[in-house]
Amino acid sequence: MQVKTRNIYLIPYMLWIVLFVIAPIALIVYYSLFNITGTLSLENYTRFFTPVYLGMALRSFWYAGIITGISLVAAYPAAYLLTKTEHKQLWLLLIILPSWINLLLKIYAFIGILGYYGPVNSFLDFIQIGTRQILFTDFSFVFVAVYIFIPYMILPIFNALEELNPSLVAAARDLGASSWKAFLRVIFPLTLSGVKAGCRAVFIPSLSLFMITRLISGNRVITLGTAVEQHFLVTQDWGMGSTIAVFLIIAMVLTMLLTETVGKVN
Amino acid sequence: MPEHIIIRFENITKQYDNDPPVLTDINFELERGKFYTLLGPSGCGKTTIIRLIAGFIQPTTGGIYFEGKKINHISPDKRRVNTIFQDYALFPHLNVFENVAFGLRIKKMKPELIKEKVEEALRFVNLKGLENREIAGMSGGQQQRVAVARAIVNEPEVLLLDEPLSALDLKLRSEMQYELKELQRNLGITFVFVTHDQEEALALSDEIFVLNNGAIQQRGTPTDIYDEPVNKFVADFIGESNIIPGVMIDDYLVEFVGNRFECVDKGFYPDEPAEIVIRPEDLEITEEDQGKLQVYVDSQLFRGVHYEICCYDKDGNEWLVHSTKKVAVGSKIGLDFAPEDIHVMRLGETEDEFDKRLESYGGVRHAG
Repeated sequence: MQVKTRNIYLIPYMLWIVLFVIAPIALIVYYSLFNITGTLSLENYTRFFTPVYLGMALRSFWYAGIITGISLVAAYPAAYLLTKTEHKQLWLLLIILPSWINLLLKIYAFIGILGYYGPVNSFLDFIQIGTRQILFTDFSFVFVAVYIFIPYMILPIFNALEELNPSLVAAARDLGASSWKAFLRVIFPLTLSGVKAGCRAVFIPSLSLFMITRLISGNRVITLGTAVEQHFLVTQDWGMGSTIAVFLIIAMVLTMLLTETVGKVN
Repeated sequence: MPEHIIIRFENITKQYDNDPPVLTDINFELERGKFYTLLGPSGCGKTTIIRLIAGFIQPTTGGIYFEGKKINHISPDKRRVNTIFQDYALFPHLNVFENVAFGLRIKKMKPELIKEKVEEALRFVNLKGLENREIAGMSGGQQQRVAVARAIVNEPEVLLLDEPLSALDLKLRSEMQYELKELQRNLGITFVFVTHDQEEALALSDEIFVLNNGAIQQRGTPTDIYDEPVNKFVADFIGESNIIPGVMIDDYLVEFVGNRFECVDKGFYPDEPAEIVIRPEDLEITEEDQGKLQVYVDSQLFRGVHYEICCYDKDGNEWLVHSTKKVAVGSKIGLDFAPEDIHVMRLGETEDEFDKRLESYGGVRHAG
């Protein structure tokens, strides 16, 4: 009887999973098996292994890696300082706040800021460096992506640092470690779970960015995300778009597994 | 400074922001190779003292000296002291061997030498053969030993122990007390042990510092502190005691509960009000008409080794008696005690004044 009522509570969640997770994935796999003329074949998969798509995949990984790396390097010290400040919750709120604002709005704001007649170029002009093209460059793409994703990197690292027993750091210092050695041998290894969670939260969505590539880098940077969008909306080649999506899903699962199994320390 | 002094605190005060000071004008010297205990209730400043010695915090004013050199601003990694933390602070990402080897690896010692030293340290704490164990899979007592090995492998001059036994159960705790005392004898280094457990302090120490409200109340050997507490706080904190108001009539004569008794204290003003301390185990139960005091038995508890008997005299003072004899609750009994069982405390006397007065006795000590 009790087991039955519990199962009833599970129904809405199960429905959700089936409708919005399992069904879409099944659809994607289904569509990926049809080529542009609508015949059943593995043509799309063989096409994925041509230089055009492999290059795109490589570039996606490359940019996602750079975005993750820069986010990590910027987020770790920020999270560390955050644990030392007096008004932790306030600072944390200020860092999370931008992530509550619509992504598209933030991107449009950056178009204004980085544009040819925007404040950044006015400033560069003012200090005699001169105006230049900032928008539609690799730099602006990575910069805006890091800005968007950095809260998701700071949060898990902050949590891991908060959980770290301060007497472990004191013990390391007591045993002769300088503050840098204490960081390398104790603080960083023990907050690795937070670092991995942060990398996962940044790397996976970075793989399939398309809005930022389109609006900030003017499609000069083409990633797998852009390719999926173009195939569905422009070339109408749903089969190929789905195939790329399948590979994206595989890449995500692999990233999850890689960052999950190694970090069993805590 | 004499050779045998290893650590000296000179007018140390520690204060955080505008809070009342944690430590106020602390002065002491620690000798090489002795077992010191800082004893006091929580919040008395005892842990602050060892954090100052370790270098985790700096004093607000005053100087800390190590072998005669001021070390106020020397960072913890450059001090020849090691700490055993209350929660052991073992590194959860390293196994037993790597935990113990941590300090040696930092020093970039040769791997063969590290192996040798770590194994020796583990043998010292009876953990040989557990090198590859993970910390999480060890019992409290084993973790404690790893913490000891990790500290002593660095051959510190002073070992600081921050309530290291408080997390262990009673039986294991008394076992570890023996082991710690043994360890200190074998290593011959200075131990500074922090505890709030007076029995532990009495059992282990060469010298005890009793702390309260950020000040040292009394320092001395365990027997000195037990037999001659300087004030009500110490008498109350160390062991059980009966503290009764009284009047010091003359040298060697004290009056309480309406009677005059012979005692061994002197150096008071005539008819000076004072506090009398008599330990519960120094009171002997007699027939009602034979003792020096007549009391009414209010309650009795069996404590295993002895009965703890709570009595009241005619003035309403409470008398705690420890006796192996059982008495009837509600009956009247007599209490007997010897002159040397009475310890008279001057009201508001400082430790220095107390020591001076004690010297004037010409070496007379209370019996234990």
